[in-house]
Amino acid sequence: MLFDIDVIWTALPDLLRGAWLTIIITVFGLVGGSILGVVAGVAQVTKIIPLKLIAIAYIALIRGTPLIVQIMFIYFALPLILTIRIDPISAAVCGIAINAGAYIAELVRGALLSVNKGLIEAGLALGVTPFRVLVTVTWPIAFRRMLPSLGNQFIISLKDTAVLIVIGVGELTRRGQEIISSNFRAVEIWSSVAIMYLIMTGCLALLLRFVERRMRTV
Amino acid sequence: MSMVEFRDVTKNFGRISVLKNLNLTVEEREILVIIGPSGSGKSTLLRCINGLEEINAGHLLVDGLDVADPNTDISEVRLEAGMVFQQFNLFPHMSARENVAYGPRMARRVSRTAALALADELLVKVGLADRADHYPDQLSGGQQQRVAIARALAVKPCLMLFDEATSALDPELKGEVLAVMRLLAEEGMTMIVVTHEMGFAREVGSRLIFMEDGRVVEDGSPAQLLDNPSSDRLREFLRHVTSPAQTPLMPS
Repeated sequence: MLFDIDVIWTALPDLLRGAWLTIIITVFGLVGGSILGVVAGVAQVTKIIPLKLIAIAYIALIRGTPLIVQIMFIYFALPLILTIRIDPISAAVCGIAINAGAYIAELVRGALLSVNKGLIEAGLALGVTPFRVLVTVTWPIAFRRMLPSLGNQFIISLKDTAVLIVIGVGELTRRGQEIISSNFRAVEIWSSVAIMYLIMTGCLALLLRFVERRMRTV
Repeated sequence: MSMVEFRDVTKNFGRISVLKNLNLTVEEREILVIIGPSGSGKSTLLRCINGLEEINAGHLLVDGLDVADPNTDISEVRLEAGMVFQQFNLFPHMSARENVAYGPRMARRVSRTAALALADELLVKVGLADRADHYPDQLSGGQQQRVAIARALAVKPCLMLFDEATSALDPELKGEVLAVMRLLAEEGMTMIVVTHEMGFAREVGSRLIFMEDGRVVEDGSPAQLLDNPSSDRLREFLRHVTSPAQTPLMPS
């Protein structure tokens, strides 16, 4: 029989464990990536030149190299340079965070620059400090504008966790491959893996839509 | 003590000199109206007063504070000089009440409750008590500008700067904003008003200056300047603003 549903039932516990790890790595990676992205995004629009240069270099480095190379560098090369041990999951989370951070930084920069200068001047003219104006006026408006593209980046990062297969992290794709290497049921397993990714990205997209709708668009 | 004092102030944008050795003193309770063609430096003059533009040379004193002195906290100056912009610039993610309460909360560190109470008081003053919970995109231009005036008043400035506050409004909405400005003038607020409203200049202004090319060309009482302009340039300018329909589209 070409498609045996029982194969899926047998493999399901293992696949779910893999999916759970995918979720964990994505969540921690995106929290880290968002923090890095906001810092690097804001750094790009400040007038403090050293900060700006560091942010630009970081973004150029990450956007200019493949994710798979970044992951392998963190897991295999970095420990040799720093003479430390990095467990695969920490390396995975760092890799996703550093990668997503660079792309989020560009979204943050674009959204901050899109805010009407007059609003910033209105805040300053009231005697409010530039930093407080950034936090209370520029940021809330920019955040609403960047939400759709931020959602897009979140979905991309979730799917990017599949490349972690190269450092042996037991996330969903790796689990699928391991199962196939013992039972040779490629059709059932890859179909299941694909559907599981679809469910995860679908839920993420719905969640982001919900957040977007709850905010006033400005 | 004078409220604002320009002493030989120069302001350049790149190579272009926008204010040229400008000297001007504005006394307390004065309603100074500034008119002039676009590019004459009117807006820049206002924006130098609250430090939105930095002056390149000279001295500029606002309520005794030297704006160009690096030791001056520019926030202090800005708390003294409220500004109203041509494009209103209300914060779109805040209601009218929150817009007005913003300055006191963020700059004067007033408690949220006290700031909102003050905001309600000021919204009554500008006639918008019933619009307190509306967001800027739910208000007409005239209403938005009145909220913006309330917002500027909320930090209790001793001087108000109006940068073409009615220029972006439809003719039938200008009146409600001018009425609020008139009310402030009657209360004794010191005001510097850049405008094209000659009626307002004549009726409310206590002093009028005509600027051109970064200089004050004429300075006097509104009635005197508007009825008997002494320079050809002012006469020409007044002819254009009072009867724009007669201005040829192309120079003949």
